[in-house]
Amino acid sequence: MAEVLVFVDHVDGAVRKPTLELLTLARRIGEPVALAVGAGAEATAPVLAEHGAVKVLTADAAEFADYLVVPKVDALQAAYEALSPAAVLLPSSAETKEIAARLAVRIGSGIITDATDLEAGDEGPVATQAVFAAAFTTKSRVSKGTPVITVKPNSAPVEAAPAAGAVEALAVTFGEKSTGTKVVSRTPRESTGRPELTEAAIVVSGGRGVNGAENFAVIEALADSLGAAVGASRAAVDAGWYPHSSQVGQTGKSVSPQLYIASGISGAIQHRAGMQTSKTIVAINKDAEAPIFDLVDYGIVGDLFEVVPQLTDEVKARKG
Amino acid sequence: MSLRIVVCVKYVPDATGDRHFADDLTVDRDDVDGLLSELDEYAVEQALQIADEADDAEITVLTVGPEDAKDALRKALSMGADKAVHVEDDDLHGTDVIGTSLVLAKAIEKTGYDLVICGMASTDGVMGVLPAILAERLGVPQVTLLSEVSVDGTVVKGRRDGDTASEELEASLPAVVSVTDQSGEARYPSFKGIMAAKKKPVESLDLEDLEIDADEVGLEGSWTAVDSATERPARTAGTIVKDEGEGGKQLAGFLADQKFI
Ligand SMILES: Cc1cc2nc3c(=O)[nH]c(=O)nc-3n(C[C@H](O)[C@H](O)[C@H](O)COP(=O)(O)OP(=O)(O)OC[C@H]3O[C@@H](n4cnc5c(N)ncnc54)[C@H](O)[C@@H]3O)c2cc1C
Ligand SMILES: Cc1cc2nc3c(=O)[nH]c(=O)nc-3n(C[C@H](O)[C@H](O)[C@H](O)COP(=O)(O)OP(=O)(O)OC[C@H]3O[C@@H](n4cnc5c(N)ncnc54)[C@H](O)[C@@H]3O)c2cc1C
Repeated sequence: MAEVLVFVDHVDGAVRKPTLELLTLARRIGEPVALAVGAGAEATAPVLAEHGAVKVLTADAAEFADYLVVPKVDALQAAYEALSPAAVLLPSSAETKEIAARLAVRIGSGIITDATDLEAGDEGPVATQAVFAAAFTTKSRVSKGTPVITVKPNSAPVEAAPAAGAVEALAVTFGEKSTGTKVVSRTPRESTGRPELTEAAIVVSGGRGVNGAENFAVIEALADSLGAAVGASRAAVDAGWYPHSSQVGQTGKSVSPQLYIASGISGAIQHRAGMQTSKTIVAINKDAEAPIFDLVDYGIVGDLFEVVPQLTDEVKARKG
Repeated sequence: MSLRIVVCVKYVPDATGDRHFADDLTVDRDDVDGLLSELDEYAVEQALQIADEADDAEITVLTVGPEDAKDALRKALSMGADKAVHVEDDDLHGTDVIGTSLVLAKAIEKTGYDLVICGMASTDGVMGVLPAILAERLGVPQVTLLSEVSVDGTVVKGRRDGDTASEELEASLPAVVSVTDQSGEARYPSFKGIMAAKKKPVESLDLEDLEIDADEVGLEGSWTAVDSATERPARTAGTIVKDEGEGGKQLAGFLADQKFI
């Protein structure tokens, strides 16, 4: 069976969920061989093997942390040359998309970003994309070179599929161009203890209607009762009520949870672009005409300060 | 010595319009008004601020797009850019990101540059990869997705707010930068700016000028192929309830029915 090269997104050896989802999709088109780079690369092997990686290539060097993006492209290219895979897959994040794109140019291949599904086709893998703020669904292929495809989080279930997962060190050489952009300092984001926004099964978001940083406690309480991540509209972020890293939408995070609850958010096209593929959508808004209601499975026309705390209490009561 | 800045701007269909596909599965540009991708206004703004800080700088705005794409260039010129380059050729219709980046890279090399500034993503394709590809093609550092950027002599510095960390970056010029919508609001063109823009030079280039073969671009030459595009079925009308004091409880009932609680 053809090998499929999968780039692993991990933080110090902890594999992020979108990579495990990607392994599910990779198995539809071949045998996944994973590549993990940077500190903790080897520690990723057991969980990757558990999810279908027949082999885990690893590389660690100071360059991966000290310089932006390009050293990781060098590693991916080395793995590509060692394997001649049928396709190269990466989970979609800002950084992995850039890695994918540079690899595509180097190896003379086309690239598809932000696929929401992947199937084997007669002429290579077929990717589904949600485009124009998810108003359209397209099916596309890479028609030249080895398909390079990035896949959005929450596009496939995580499935156990134990495989050998033999660890092999990959030799990577870095060129002068690889160390062009120096990472002078890095400040890790403080953990909120809540699930990561793009990976969460439930997202509870607040918008301008929340009307103040302190009022986000109402949104957070609901999120905590449901074990959800907290999101925000750009209006709420621009007002300084919630951090930019929580912004959902075209220029923020794109989320696709099982359940999305929007409170005090009108539903502008740029916000919809980031949440319209959520499976179940719920909105609370005091304006019955708000465009968000066009999307909802369940909507409450009402004041979020009445509805959300009542909902939170009820969720807690039902969960006992 | 003058700092040569090239800003890449894309002409896109208005996202608030009813966007759809033409029969050949490319973006239908006839039915929806086009405009300068809003995220590229941030790139123009940062170019203007960097130019203000430099002793001497010249800003060229560059687009690859159909005839109407001149509107995007005019907008950028009215904001304060000095001159424009428009790559326009019938054979470009349907070009994907690999092809577009080839054309942009050749045009940038022909124009001459110390710094290339892009938006974080276009508002139509929204791939967010073109700046990285440009850096790869030009063989210069990428300093991308910056929420803050400055140029100090021959060094470009910036802050990149990533998924798990915020990074301070630094690279030597020449370099390719992309800026996010956190980099600072873009200015509105002034009346004076709009009048001045009419007199600023717009150079037109075609594929021959850039020594690019037609079969390397366009629908035929693309590295990707779109097989189908279907409109997402309208959501079946959801339940909408007016809160009469029990809204939160009713919603909890719905969530329980759906097995979320
Ligand atoms: C290039 C570009 C990129 C953008 N990217 C993004 C993006 O990534 N994400 C994003 O979100 N936006 C983005 N925007 C902004 C977007 O266009 C909207 O301005 C924004 O989404 C509005 O946020 P909002 O819904 O919170 O605010 P508003 O549109 O002001 O809506 C607030 C809503 O709250 C309701 N409300 C008020 N008080 C209450 C209450 N007590 N109880 C219940 N409801 C109440 C109101 O009825 C109203 O519907 C972008 C814009 C541009 C131009
Ligand atoms: C809905 C949709 C989906 C698409 N999916 C794919 C795909 O999966 N694979 C693929 O290869 N192509 C795809 N394309 C085509 C692709 O969008 C164009 O080729 C495009 O110009 C480059 O990608 P982008 O606009 O997404 O760039 P981005 O990487 O999002 O753009 C970043 C920046 O690059 C600059 N830039 C981009 N295009 C131009 C331009 N024409 N002129 C000047 N500056 C520019 C701007 O500064 C912009 O802010 C898609 C197009 C659409 C409309």
